[in-house]
Amino acid sequence: MGCSGGETGENPAAFAVFLKNVVFKWPGQQRPTLDIPIFSVSPGEHVFISGPSGSGKSTLLGLVAGIFSPASGTVFVNGVCLNELGSAKRDMFRGDCIGFIFQQFNLIPYLSILENVLLPCRFSPLRLERARALSGSAAAEARMLLERLDLSPSLWGRPVNRLSVGQQQRVAAARALVGRPSILIADEPTSSLDADRRKVFLRLLLGECRSTQAALLFVSHDQSLAEDFSVVAHLPELNRAGGEEAS
Amino acid sequence: MRRFSYLLRLAGKSAWNRRGTLGIIVFSIALSTTLLLGIEKLRTQIRESFVQSVSGTDLIVGARGGSMQLMLYAVFHLGGATNNMGWDSARKIAEKDEVAWTIPISLGDSHKGYPVVATTGAFFEHYRFRSDKRLELAEGKWIETLFDVVIGAETARKLGYSPRQKIALSHGGSGARLVEHTDKPFTVSGILASTGTPVDRSLYIGLAAMEAIHVDWRGGAPIPGLRITAEQVTRFNLEPRTITAMLVGLKKRSHVFAFQREVNEWKSEPLMGVMPGVVMDQMWSMVNTGEQALLLISALVTATGLAGLAAAILAGLGERRRELAILRSAGARPLDILILTACEGGLIVISGVICGLSALFVLVAAISPILADNYGIFVYLSPPAAGEWALLGCICLAGLAASLFPALRAYRMSLSDGLTVSI
Ligand SMILES: Nc1ncnc2c1ncn2[C@@H]1O[C@H](COP(=O)(O)OP(=O)(O)OP(=O)(O)O)[C@@H](O)[C@H]1O
Ligand SMILES: [Mg+2]
Repeated sequence: MGCSGGETGENPAAFAVFLKNVVFKWPGQQRPTLDIPIFSVSPGEHVFISGPSGSGKSTLLGLVAGIFSPASGTVFVNGVCLNELGSAKRDMFRGDCIGFIFQQFNLIPYLSILENVLLPCRFSPLRLERARALSGSAAAEARMLLERLDLSPSLWGRPVNRLSVGQQQRVAAARALVGRPSILIADEPTSSLDADRRKVFLRLLLGECRSTQAALLFVSHDQSLAEDFSVVAHLPELNRAGGEEAS
Repeated sequence: MRRFSYLLRLAGKSAWNRRGTLGIIVFSIALSTTLLLGIEKLRTQIRESFVQSVSGTDLIVGARGGSMQLMLYAVFHLGGATNNMGWDSARKIAEKDEVAWTIPISLGDSHKGYPVVATTGAFFEHYRFRSDKRLELAEGKWIETLFDVVIGAETARKLGYSPRQKIALSHGGSGARLVEHTDKPFTVSGILASTGTPVDRSLYIGLAAMEAIHVDWRGGAPIPGLRITAEQVTRFNLEPRTITAMLVGLKKRSHVFAFQREVNEWKSEPLMGVMPGVVMDQMWSMVNTGEQALLLISALVTATGLAGLAAAILAGLGERRRELAILRSAGARPLDILILTACEGGLIVISGVICGLSALFVLVAAISPILADNYGIFVYLSPPAAGEWALLGCICLAGLAASLFPALRAYRMSLSDGLTVSI
């Protein structure tokens, strides 16, 4: 599978995320879930991705993260063509460059809050190095992020399952941000929060992404959140395959 | 390496988080370990204890009968002789050219449940245990006068005896109504150093002393109206007429077959010579089937424990999918997930094995005095022997293999699940 930028003259290296002619089909399914002629995210750009359930939003994020490989087409992240990397390299690349926040149950129950935040630094020497360079030590960086996300030190000693869902999501955000990955991927991180908390959480997250200059791919069903984003993408419009719903 | 040690720590924390379920698995693996190693230890140490008790003895000679029986009473003082052998035959055997030494043994009396062995100085001189160790005194002196008795280390310890203690021997081995030879008390002259053989649990007197306490006896009971005091007895001929058995050491080991034939064809009375090694082989082949069955059963118990291990980890994976996806999102490779899961199994197996070994040590410490007291079998605490190490290795390897199965499952799961886990 080739890794050329494409005939149209775009330079994939100029984007944080760059997908071209990507077709993805789940094993055992007749029709592809995704068929995206082009999709790109500039460095530091905040993209809101919406779409009906089953339209392939999570699948798209999995492609960007290098968890899945497309049947055809090319995926560039930070100018690196994921198609060319072996699976172990892709895992390492993901650990280095991408921070994740999921819908819920983001934390590992048997690790302390601090250990949860430090998790990416355990697997990515690059992020460990960056965290050290920024704050002296990875733990100091983690504490700094936790405080910036409004988690007071009095909470840090608690087992993670004694935190409220909103607090858990903020710990997850701190983990996604630790070691300054250049891309943040958030798959419906606010859907288990009430409307007020959603706004507060999103404001904190966007603020941190801005200050670390990370690109943000944010998936949500809640259109009211879209107004805070510089780019709003509706997946069915990007996707020629049309997803499940269209069939 | 750094990553591996982190994964190991992570596996430990994860396992600790589910210690309720996994504790049961640790318990069952500990149980298997104790069982498997316990049986192996008992098996080898019982053999060792038997073999070590007769090192250096080439032939055991006694009246014709069961060879195993002869061995059991001559060496381990277990059971009783049905027939005695004549003292004249014993002397003739001792005078033969090929014979280096003989130890005559007369049994029949006891003291507080411990067997009394009547023998000669040859016993203290020639008896060997643990390949070539000889008997030594821990305290006191060897037998010097007629009514001196030398006692084994354990006899002394259990009964609290020290040299110069006066004791009375009982007629017969055991039973409630033993007649005591109170008229002819013995004096403890010395206490033997511990040997880890039946010697520790015996009392030793001279052959003449055995005769002396029975001069006024006939047919297993005192002759009514006849009383011969300890002072008067020295005027009698105290040479024995019969003895129970005799241990024989030859000048050349290679003569043993010819010599055995000679004993077996003894003219003046029906005698029998048995080679300790041969009889022990017979004994082992008798108990072998039982041992194999026991080992098989404990191997099955172990297999059950390990199947439980695999099942527990596998069952845990369902609720841990989320956790594994989070690790993946943080940059863990599927291989890391495999290592993590396998480490968890390994940790469980290792803690199970350690618990099992500790339990075994406690158990051995608890039952070894009981075994020694009741059966004269000496089992002692020792670091695992080669066979036990092999078993331990097998348990650990099988445990790793058992946890590799769920580990591969986790590996495949983390490949197909990706980052979003729908439960
Ligand atoms: N592991 C999988 N194996 C097979 N098919 C899958 C798998 N995960 C998702 N799909 C299919 O891919 C399509 C897109 O799923 P995806 O999870 O990407 O949707 P989504 O847009 O994230 O939906 P939602 O908003 O509900 O999270 C669906 O039709 C689904 O059936
Ligand atoms: Mg989704």
